[in-house]
Amino acid sequence: MLEIKNLQVKLEEEDKQILKGVDLTVEAGKVHAIMGPNGSGKSTLSYVLSGKDGYEVTGGEASLDGADLLEMEPEERAAAGLFLAFQYPVEIPGVGNMTFLRTAVNSQRKARGEEEMSSTEFLKTVREKAKSLKIDAEMLKRPVNVGFSGGEKKRNEILQMAMLEPKMCILDETDSGLDVDAMKLVADGVNALRSEGRGFLVITHYQRLLDHIKPDVVHIMYDGRIIKTGGPELALEVENEGYAHLIEEEA
Amino acid sequence: MALPQPKLDATEARIAALSLPESGWSAPARASALARLRGMGLPGARDEYWKYTRPETLTAPAAPKAALFETGERLVFDGMDRLKIVFVDGVFDAEASDPLALEGVEFARLADSADIHWAQDLYGTLEEAGQTPVERPLAALNTAFASDGILMRVTGRVLKPVSLIYYHKSDASDAILHHVIKVEEGGDITVLENGPAAARFNKVMEVEVADKAGFHHVRAQGRDHERRAATHIFARLGTESTFKTFTLTMNGVLTRNECVIELTGDDAVCHVAGACMGDGDFHHDDTVFITHDAVNCESRQVFKKVLRNGATGVFQGKILVKPGAQKTDGYQISQSLLLDGDSQFLAKPELEIYADDVACSHGSTSGAIDEEGLFYLRARGLPRGIAEDLLTIAFIAEAVQEIEDEALQEEIVGRVEAWLTRRRG
Repeated sequence: MLEIKNLQVKLEEEDKQILKGVDLTVEAGKVHAIMGPNGSGKSTLSYVLSGKDGYEVTGGEASLDGADLLEMEPEERAAAGLFLAFQYPVEIPGVGNMTFLRTAVNSQRKARGEEEMSSTEFLKTVREKAKSLKIDAEMLKRPVNVGFSGGEKKRNEILQMAMLEPKMCILDETDSGLDVDAMKLVADGVNALRSEGRGFLVITHYQRLLDHIKPDVVHIMYDGRIIKTGGPELALEVENEGYAHLIEEEA
Repeated sequence: MALPQPKLDATEARIAALSLPESGWSAPARASALARLRGMGLPGARDEYWKYTRPETLTAPAAPKAALFETGERLVFDGMDRLKIVFVDGVFDAEASDPLALEGVEFARLADSADIHWAQDLYGTLEEAGQTPVERPLAALNTAFASDGILMRVTGRVLKPVSLIYYHKSDASDAILHHVIKVEEGGDITVLENGPAAARFNKVMEVEVADKAGFHHVRAQGRDHERRAATHIFARLGTESTFKTFTLTMNGVLTRNECVIELTGDDAVCHVAGACMGDGDFHHDDTVFITHDAVNCESRQVFKKVLRNGATGVFQGKILVKPGAQKTDGYQISQSLLLDGDSQFLAKPELEIYADDVACSHGSTSGAIDEEGLFYLRARGLPRGIAEDLLTIAFIAEAVQEIEDEALQEEIVGRVEAWLTRRRG
């Protein structure tokens, strides 16, 4: 589903190479996790895949179901089925959460040449999905992320994911700033979306989240490369022993 | 001090083009305003408060022509439950207006000569008080020569808004309207204003808000492009009173909105806000002067300007805290969203404080569309244009939220959305 080959990326503004040849394939139906110390390039990978400005791809490729992601605008990538749950969801004052969600759903449908969702259908769907994430009507009415707690923002990300039904979901440190209960709620939301046709790439610092969202494959990223790939046991190893020994092995 | 000759000539030329209306009770106020005008002279480009806005077309003897603007589209506030008062090119239109009857309000027309004692005490007095320390000659001209206007005395809580609707039907019309609103103790009213009014429009609104009274004002200026407008609001606020005004301006080669407020009673609240959308040959000036002369009052000035294709926005906002006006809470923010490199925003925030126990803050910024927000929206599948529009609405949100009534907030946002959509094509 998601195929990344030898991806090399540097910052546009300064001559700094962040990704130094990332290879990664996420198959449909699988959950891959990427762990790694700060500054290893995890978030950069998520931004480059979703099309954020400020990065220059200096080599390699990335595709979703065969379509070249790097050639597309961010909105085209979204319509093609890529979703990034942000580490820091942005506040949009004056724009209601519902309006935003509906515009997003219908923009993607339109881009794919599908029929737009009617307002009745939309309302019904959003209420259903919001309920399971414990998002109340008040939160749906409020401006996007404005005044939301850390947990509410992350739940709102998962609600967007549930509404947009992407093929490939990237979760960028979705566990950061969450207490145990909030993390469980978010993880349940993600697990409810796991399906045969959908791939996940979960970026995290901690094993904790992976207790709730059980990965099929775990990658360790360091200095712009994936230095080790293994099963769920690799996450436990990191939790117990840290990254140092893995980095030494690599060096 | 004698006026410089060019200023004197310009002032006399303008006065010569006007005639004092036949008026009984307002005659002394008009005569005094005319004397004030002669003393000050009309504004010129060298005047401190006209540094960023060229006054020539506002002061010229004749109004520059302005093409009529009629789209046949639904007008702002249409369909809302309100009492409509219509002026066409500055003249009251009884037929198009609703009967002037509403519980809690006494109405009269300025153009009627019947004796109106309460208005006689107010007409021109707030304008005159507002001439110090900054001169506002166009307002004095208005008091002297206003040909029409509505006089409203509010004696209770008025359940539906009074809506002043202006139409521009002659391409050279030069309208001078003067409204006087007196909100008596415990009274509360919402006044709406919309429409192009005239090729050139000079409007003054004097508002006296008594103790524990409330005044809410929402105005939509635009979208006719060629008209010119100079408007003034003068208000005096009593103890525990509330005064809130919001203006949305879309298009217009020249608009100068001045707002001069004096908080004279303790615990009064005053919010002055505005948002403008300018594209191309657009000049919009908000000039605000708020004087705190009582204890524990709150004032907020929130102005947002969206500018593109060489549009110009001006903000001159002042908070004056007089000696003894302790516990003043003053806030002022003026921001522009510059959608290209050609547009400009000129801001002059001023604070002058003579009390030692006050909290006053002010800020002014100019910036482009928020890149983080733009990426967030596009990453959810919103095309760039739609994402930019949503962020533009987000940008003006702080100003729009100064409107207390949510239905009116939505009405205003709807207008902005439509404006943005038209421009996206």
